[in-house]
Amino acid sequence: MSANPWIYILVMAGVTYLIRALPLTLIRREIRNPFLRSFLYYVPYVTLTAMTIPAIFSATANPLSASVGLAAALGLAYWGKSLLTTAAGACLAVFAVEFLQKIL
Amino acid sequence: MRRFAQWKSGVRDGIPIFLGYLAVSFAFGMQAASAGLTWLEATVMSVSNLTSAGQFAALGIIAAGAGYGEMALTQLVVNLRYCLMSCALSQKLDRSYSMRHRFFMAYGITDEVFSLSACREGPLSPYYTYGLISSAMPGWGLGTLLGVLSGTLLPGNVVSALGVALYGMFIAIVVPAAKAQRAVLWVTLITIPVSVGFSYIPALSSGFRIILVTILVAAFAAWRFPIKEVERDVR
Repeated sequence: MSANPWIYILVMAGVTYLIRALPLTLIRREIRNPFLRSFLYYVPYVTLTAMTIPAIFSATANPLSASVGLAAALGLAYWGKSLLTTAAGACLAVFAVEFLQKIL
Repeated sequence: MRRFAQWKSGVRDGIPIFLGYLAVSFAFGMQAASAGLTWLEATVMSVSNLTSAGQFAALGIIAAGAGYGEMALTQLVVNLRYCLMSCALSQKLDRSYSMRHRFFMAYGITDEVFSLSACREGPLSPYYTYGLISSAMPGWGLGTLLGVLSGTLLPGNVVSALGVALYGMFIAIVVPAAKAQRAVLWVTLITIPVSVGFSYIPALSSGFRIILVTILVAAFAAWRFPIKEVERDVR
């Protein structure tokens, strides 16, 4: 490592902060354009889905435990469970599947 | 006390973020150590940046000793999706709060903090977002520190199980919305094949794929299913 790591960290933090801060501080008025309003309304749902699929299948030790975790989360969320319960249920499902895989 | 109540509810909703971050940043800490960073450098990087993909990408750049310009450009590309998220939050934020909150909130807009903030009912109180950050940031920093100090503190199967915590939370946000609104259901069902398809393009980083998929599908949805004013109030 020839360059100073602290300068790298400073550059990273600066760029990342600006990306986050500029739109938030510059766009203060309410957007009236119906297309833009709808677009921004759908952004979180598309982003969340795109972040989950396909990444979830490689988030655990193997795709099978991940699939069971996914199914558990879908079921719990469908039955109206809270964020914490759904997340914990998915973790437990993954843990159980990987435990079974080890002993079977 | 309303502010405190908002903050507390954010902290509570942020617990899955804390757990998920702990697992992911643990992996980051281990990789940071092998890239030659000290525990202090890695932890400060995590606490000051609060990005996953951006920090993982940075390790390669630091290990290669590449220039600061390349670092800046990489962070810009990998983290550009936050720009889209900030645009969305700028509309969601309760306008009765003063401008300075926007500067503070900007620090902590991660994928997860954004999602919970954006999907909260009604106008957004910055204190709710501060609560989320209060849970998320310590998880990210602590996980990094533990990851650097020791790669064997958590058994592998626990790390693996915690790996789905974040996704479980995402699902808990999307599913109820898809149940309540047919348009959101369609948007989700369209996003899945598009996202999977784009993940097969080798040159496309995951950060950039998410930006592309988001712009394409959200634009299509805005054209096909424009939201009505009623839904705006529900939001």
